[in-house]
Amino acid sequence: MEQSWRQAKSMFAAMLSVPLFWLVVFFMVPLGIVWLYSFGENRGLVDIAFTGTWSNYARALEWDNLAIFLKSIGIAAITTALCLVIGFPVALAITFAPEKVKPWLLLLIMLPFWTNLLIRTYALIAVLREQGYINMGYHWGFDIVNGLTGGALGEFHALPLMYNNFAVVFGLVFVNLPFMILPLYSTLDRLDRSLLEASLDLGAGHIRTLFNVVVPMAGAGIASGILITFIPALGSYLTPDLLGGADALMIANVIEAQFKRANNWPFGAALSFLLVYMTFIAIAVQGLIERKPAGSRS
Amino acid sequence: MTASVKKTPPAPLEYFRRWPLRAWMVVVTVFLYGPLLSLMVFSFNDSKANVVWRGFTLKYYEKAFNNSSLIEAFGNSLTIAFFSTLISVVVGAMAAIVLWRFRFAGKSLFNAGLAIPIVVPEICMGVGMLVFFAKVMPWPQDLPWPLNLGAIIIAHVSFSFPFVAVVVRARLASFNREQEEAAKDLGASDFRALMDVVVPHVQPSLIAGALLAFTLSLDDFVITFFTAGPDTVTFPVKVYSMVRFSVTPEVNAASTILIVVTVLLTFLALKFQGSSALTAGHDGGAAEKK
Repeated sequence: MEQSWRQAKSMFAAMLSVPLFWLVVFFMVPLGIVWLYSFGENRGLVDIAFTGTWSNYARALEWDNLAIFLKSIGIAAITTALCLVIGFPVALAITFAPEKVKPWLLLLIMLPFWTNLLIRTYALIAVLREQGYINMGYHWGFDIVNGLTGGALGEFHALPLMYNNFAVVFGLVFVNLPFMILPLYSTLDRLDRSLLEASLDLGAGHIRTLFNVVVPMAGAGIASGILITFIPALGSYLTPDLLGGADALMIANVIEAQFKRANNWPFGAALSFLLVYMTFIAIAVQGLIERKPAGSRS
Repeated sequence: MTASVKKTPPAPLEYFRRWPLRAWMVVVTVFLYGPLLSLMVFSFNDSKANVVWRGFTLKYYEKAFNNSSLIEAFGNSLTIAFFSTLISVVVGAMAAIVLWRFRFAGKSLFNAGLAIPIVVPEICMGVGMLVFFAKVMPWPQDLPWPLNLGAIIIAHVSFSFPFVAVVVRARLASFNREQEEAAKDLGASDFRALMDVVVPHVQPSLIAGALLAFTLSLDDFVITFFTAGPDTVTFPVKVYSMVRFSVTPEVNAASTILIVVTVLLTFLALKFQGSSALTAGHDGGAAEKK
């Protein structure tokens, strides 16, 4: 049983004070100041006055900036959908793998995930760029076909794989796929297998069992997988920065530019907090989805 | 798998033995590992262009090791990771124990507060750190090493210790509280009972949490990018500036070294906590909620 804090006051105070202090001073206060800045105005080069203005938010909701928000949401949504489609069969395969193989398959999925994000993104540059591996392979195949047919394909043009939205989505799927597979696996692993067997015994095919039995039962896991893929994808900075270039900016790149180059902190602060609010909304929506099936069962 | 097992057709639920799923696993594995393996292979390639294999060489490793700013950045990263891990483990374990042991007003608020650093987008936290260390607590630039890294260490602890708390709490759930009560009945003080009974029980999770915090710190680019000054460049920040400049085999060599370090750390984590260490803190917060 948990103890009331009154029974061991000094220990409670000692144990709580340090984490609470750290959380408040080195996390809440920095974010709080950004929040205050979002209602401020630039006065001169370095001074910011808290005027309680909403103009930063108004500017953030102007079409140009709103478009970037919507595009970021779109890219994160496509990334999440792709991760779900690619990751679900993987999670399924791991779930039904022999017990001895399971930890190794999990390791297989997790190992790239533990590798430095910057290095993983950098590795993709070598794959996608104009003289990258994909284009090299394409060029090689192209030349062979051309050689056989006497130049029927015409002149070689490298595929535009870098510095566009495709590169960003590709990179985000590459980086975030393990985020999706883990929660899917941990839900699928807890499923009552006799229900699947019952469905198969009663004549449903594997595909039908998958969509009518497995997916509804794994709903909570799917929802949490979507959430923890969507949130980092939405706020990602490095992938659009290195793979996307000027035409494929996401919201985090705009925030960075406001703080580092444009030196418009109040506007950058407003954008940051809109991103934070969007994150919280996503979490709240997931919470609602998770509660619903639980409520209907009880 | 033995030959005799292979001959039997897969049972209805043995999806892993069906070829479409196996083929899919292979495709996904190639997708996840192909870029990284090619990066590592081409760090040994004797060609600046980095695309066609021109023979084995170690000269880019030599170059990387002779690049003093790269080595300094690597040293900074390891130093930051070391100190931030040390602090994160202590602070995170304290948070976990408080939440596990006590009933108090505002407990759920504190619990929710601890989850925020885990979910808030990195860029927002980075921006917060930038503002904090620019306006509220300016960190002196010319401090002797390693004190000049203090701001980055503080920022890293802020996003690492909640993860440690999650890991330690999961372990505490399996602790039998009667053991602590027995220790107290036998005359141990609150503090003694905590240090001699509870802490040994959570020790594996402390190690797993430490490895997690260490990797998170080594991995972080965005928050460091906003916190670092010109004299406090970390390895990811340095690699970032090199990558922006050009794609060179030297970056490949440096990256390969870091990948090897990470893989070794992962296997260490496995050794200490079994396969659950793999997913520590990354299972969608499922451990927190349940």
